[in-house]
Amino acid sequence: MIELRDVSKIYQIGDERVHALDHANLHVYPHEFVSVIGPSGSGKSTLMNIIGCLDTADAGEYLLDGTPIEAYSENALARVRSRKIGFVFQSFNLIPKLSAEENVELPLIYQGVKKAERTKRVREALERVGLERRAKHQPTELSGGQQQRVAIARALVTQPSLILADEPTGNLDSHTSREIMDMFRELHEQGNTIVLITHDNDIARQAKRIVHILDGRLTEVSG
Amino acid sequence: MLSVKMALRSIGANKMRAALTMLGIIIGVLALVVLVSLVSSTTDSITSEVSSLGSSLLTVSIRDDHGMPVRLEDLQDWVDAEPSVSGISPYATATATGKYALESGSVTLYGVTGDYYEINGQQLIQGRYIKQSDLRSSSRVCVLDETTAEKLVGYADCAGEVIALDGIKYTIIGVVKADDSIISSFLSSMTAYIPYTSLIRLSSTTGTSITNFYIGPSQGYTVPQAETAMKELLLRRFDEDEDAFRISSVNIIEEAMDRVNSALTILLGSIAAISLIVGGIGIMNIMLVTVTERTREIGIRKAIGASHRTILVQFLIEAVVLCMLGCALGIFFSWAILQIVSIIVAGTSLSFHLQGNVVMWSVIFCFLIGVIFGLYPANKAAKMKPIDALHYGG
Repeated sequence: MIELRDVSKIYQIGDERVHALDHANLHVYPHEFVSVIGPSGSGKSTLMNIIGCLDTADAGEYLLDGTPIEAYSENALARVRSRKIGFVFQSFNLIPKLSAEENVELPLIYQGVKKAERTKRVREALERVGLERRAKHQPTELSGGQQQRVAIARALVTQPSLILADEPTGNLDSHTSREIMDMFRELHEQGNTIVLITHDNDIARQAKRIVHILDGRLTEVSG
Repeated sequence: MLSVKMALRSIGANKMRAALTMLGIIIGVLALVVLVSLVSSTTDSITSEVSSLGSSLLTVSIRDDHGMPVRLEDLQDWVDAEPSVSGISPYATATATGKYALESGSVTLYGVTGDYYEINGQQLIQGRYIKQSDLRSSSRVCVLDETTAEKLVGYADCAGEVIALDGIKYTIIGVVKADDSIISSFLSSMTAYIPYTSLIRLSSTTGTSITNFYIGPSQGYTVPQAETAMKELLLRRFDEDEDAFRISSVNIIEEAMDRVNSALTILLGSIAAISLIVGGIGIMNIMLVTVTERTREIGIRKAIGASHRTILVQFLIEAVVLCMLGCALGIFFSWAILQIVSIIVAGTSLSFHLQGNVVMWSVIFCFLIGVIFGLYPANKAAKMKPIDALHYGG
């Protein structure tokens, strides 16, 4: 599913070279629920950008579904993101002018899915996160938890190989966080592959497998 | 279609800004459509009034004389035979070197008869015009136009002076007002009128057989009436062969109005086009602001699978839609203004209406401006890296 082999990413900050990722190795198998935990500045975001094909590695190899990623052009990466990855961000990242259903519809438009099919799949995705009644609402009219559920629906709607969640509960209160985490567990039980990145131990523990990241190095915590 | 809807919503999200941005385009279109419509409506009205007074002359060119060349005497016979025809003048040109004292230059010679004066509405300033007797004796006399006289002789009232045309001495018998049409002032050539028979001697290309002549209709007859009469006459002469000659009516005033119209249209059109371009720069400016403001949105769209092209097209369409909205409003306001002007001038012969082709041109022009000035901001948006865009401003 995901295979990182000796992946490194180096940032030049002033005179200093920072190893955001230092020979990182990671295997994620299909239908796994993995959380990556680490404090801020540990290279979490870099890892997520590389797994999410938002950025490419400086060294090493990254295979997604068996295909190597680094050689891809900007447009090819956009295609990979569109087909294989569903993102859930800490700050929801919904487009404010669009209603919930339009936000969910957007990735399907980018894939070139026909209107009738889009409408059907958007409705299904919103039903799965329990927001079919809020379809016409603008993000500003929804609570944080609801916005995150719209974002999850948007990630689900393309039936991606991988759902990549970056601190999905970071902006939510503990009650709503639990709801969102329940939803991720449920999605996992339905057979989705999930990689969750967090700094919160309680959140990380809900995954089947936890990977630690510190100074760009990954260590397996439990299986 | 979906992207146009999206673009309209983004524009609608910031109505005040959109309105101010469109103002440049609206004013540009307004200037273009109203000015051009006013000019062409005015010249249309004047032209139709002028042509209702009657056209001025007919031209005939003989292509095949069927072995019966047209001679000077024939022309006089026709004038006598046709009541609708007041005069016929042959017409041939040649170029000669004109010389007076130390001054010299190339002169266009017109070989004509006395009828030419009436038919072409020339006006004598001094002296007399070419007479029948000049033609009979092929006398070496010439009539200059005012500008030529001033250029060659040095002063306008120069009748009685002698100039040399290709070395042969010609006496100036009269001076006519210069034909101050745009074309002749453009060419700024010198012009002299000499008896047709004298031109035959001077120029090897002009013979006794006449191939081109002007016909002037009589008072009380219209040009079409004279045209019909002459056509019948010429058909009889040339064995009913319609291809032997060509007869056409020329309305000098109409032609002049057309020239004025197109000159003014081009002038006003280019002024308005400049204001449209300025409007386009306004669009580009605001699109750049929009792209920066929506950096995060671009990041999100890219993260969920939008390609370079998708983002480019999205912002390009937004710029074009903004331009086309401005264009539509501009056309609407132009229509309203022209309606109001029409009410004000109601009762006069003037009528103002939207000119279809200027509307079409402004639509095309606005579209191009949208594309050209939208391309740079759209490309800037499309080139953003998703990670940079996502982390922009939090």
